[in-house]
Amino acid sequence: MPRPKTIKKIYLDHAATTPVDKRVLAVMKPYFSEKFGNPSALYGLGREAKSAIDGARKTIAALMHALPENVIFTAGGSEANNMAIIGVARSHASKGKHIVSLSIEHHAVLRPLEELAKEGFEITYVPVDKNGLVSAEAIARAIRKDTILVTIMFANNEMGAIEPIADIGREILKFRKANNTIYPLFHTDACQAAGYLDLDVEKSHVDLMSINGGKIYGPKGVGMLYIRRGVNIKPIIFGGGQEKNRRAGTENTAGIVGLAEAFKIAQAQKEKESARERELTKYLWKQISEKIPDTKLNGPEIGDARLPNNLNVTFMNIEGEAMLLYMDEYGIMCSTGSACTSDSLEPSHVLRAMGMSYEMAHGSIRFTFGRSNAKADIGYLMKYLPAIVTTLREISPVNSGAKHARYKK
Amino acid sequence: MPKKIIKKTKTADVRGKDGQSWLYSDIVKEHFFNPKNFMRYEEEKKFKFNASGRVGSPACGDEMVIWLQINPKTEKIKDCRWRTFGCGSAIASTSVMSEMIKEKGGMKIDDALKITPKDILERLGGLPDRKIHCSVLGDKALQAAINDYFRSTGQHKRIFVSGAKVVDKDLNITDHDIEEAVLEGAQTIEDVQKKLKVGAAKPESRAAIEELVRYYFEKYFGN
Repeated sequence: MPRPKTIKKIYLDHAATTPVDKRVLAVMKPYFSEKFGNPSALYGLGREAKSAIDGARKTIAALMHALPENVIFTAGGSEANNMAIIGVARSHASKGKHIVSLSIEHHAVLRPLEELAKEGFEITYVPVDKNGLVSAEAIARAIRKDTILVTIMFANNEMGAIEPIADIGREILKFRKANNTIYPLFHTDACQAAGYLDLDVEKSHVDLMSINGGKIYGPKGVGMLYIRRGVNIKPIIFGGGQEKNRRAGTENTAGIVGLAEAFKIAQAQKEKESARERELTKYLWKQISEKIPDTKLNGPEIGDARLPNNLNVTFMNIEGEAMLLYMDEYGIMCSTGSACTSDSLEPSHVLRAMGMSYEMAHGSIRFTFGRSNAKADIGYLMKYLPAIVTTLREISPVNSGAKHARYKK
Repeated sequence: MPKKIIKKTKTADVRGKDGQSWLYSDIVKEHFFNPKNFMRYEEEKKFKFNASGRVGSPACGDEMVIWLQINPKTEKIKDCRWRTFGCGSAIASTSVMSEMIKEKGGMKIDDALKITPKDILERLGGLPDRKIHCSVLGDKALQAAINDYFRSTGQHKRIFVSGAKVVDKDLNITDHDIEEAVLEGAQTIEDVQKKLKVGAAKPESRAAIEELVRYYFEKYFGN
């Protein structure tokens, strides 16, 4: 196989995390060593930090069509999801113990749901179609009189399916009106969507929404939960009375300021950047399907039902981890749904929920584009990818057709 | 592919000298990028062998085929080829095993039957804990191939059978249960489930069960 003289670093794993934007880093910097005060303190240094957090809260709220007091800062997306799900369940359990969700949710949603199941909650996982999409009607059918929460991801991290959140929101409103109730509450994990989609909480009719910084060119370890006014949730972290007693802990001022800046930039350029990255996605898929035989696109067609930066492809007869290792040697970074990279030794629960066979899931590779990628990156990738696939297919005994090995004498 | 980029070291250090994260030892890396003795395209038409074995399935994440050329007089493995579907550790383990059985004029088949996953692991310089399961197919494929040799040469008494072991803890299925189910006509994992009147096996034990079904089917009904 040809080897490049200089190995380029091609980062195609933006759904895992993004680099911090320089503009974001710049606004964060003063809050580490200069404006380091505790926002709860009365003196100037504390007030300065407090005012920075208030500003960030206002910025984020405005972008979501929410009120500043609806925004609760957390230490990341997982915490926001845990807080929403466990917080709602514990606060509203007397009204019902049924929750509706999807089996393709992120583990930060699935695991807290599993915990609640142990506490006696009943969870309905509405099935998705082969593209990973659910219909609003299917969700509506799953809602019962004792359903207190519906939690559906805005967009899927593995194959980019964008769920019909606004439609589901409308179905929930209909149910509430018909049954004269405030239930079920509606939560969405919007971590993957925040960089590309409109997150207006009024248009999408959500009551709770999670976002994090590490996926939108902001800092890792900081996120937020939008909670509609009037929705009570029990805190999951106890301590000082920060965030109106809903999330204890001294505020991460630099992180919060960075999250707001990152969200502002992402939302301002989402249309333009979505269009640009969708072209890259289309171009890469065209190249792969033309140059490499026996491949399959996983998830929705590249279009409105799919995150613009996501390409998930199965390369038949080979295993994803082996491909990742090869690509890493060439400086190409992406991810796989194969069992071999998971601790569970099970292939991706998302691809399995879409009805994909184990062998197809094992050979899946996810490329997710970001701001720094350009067409030249695809050129570099496609210089080596076909040869990598050929090499691994030659080692594999699962080849079909003319190249099938004689296993029997 | 990178040629002899790395000198051999004994540890399974997860970090390379450049400080970058690498899950595998340098030996694993070398065997992954430059696999030895695998069956190349078109080579299967030319390669002479008198035994072959196949274990695993892509559904379990690993599948392996091995071809052996055994000298009937000396019972030494003169040459071998393999193909593996699996992750980096699976590919590297098969490659290193092929080296072990071929070196020093070829290993005697009785010795080859004694190769354990531990031997392969040691030779590889270790694997990260959660990757060890990826290396357990090599010796099984080798045993399957040697059994194939015993069958084709009419030495049925020498066919190697490992002792009873539980393959699914929840369902309490042992390899002997599977052997009996196969003897009663089971050919697939579903047949075995029906025969033994048990529910669906856990995905992690499916692999082992499927493999045993195939193994016993080959043993009793293979030609």
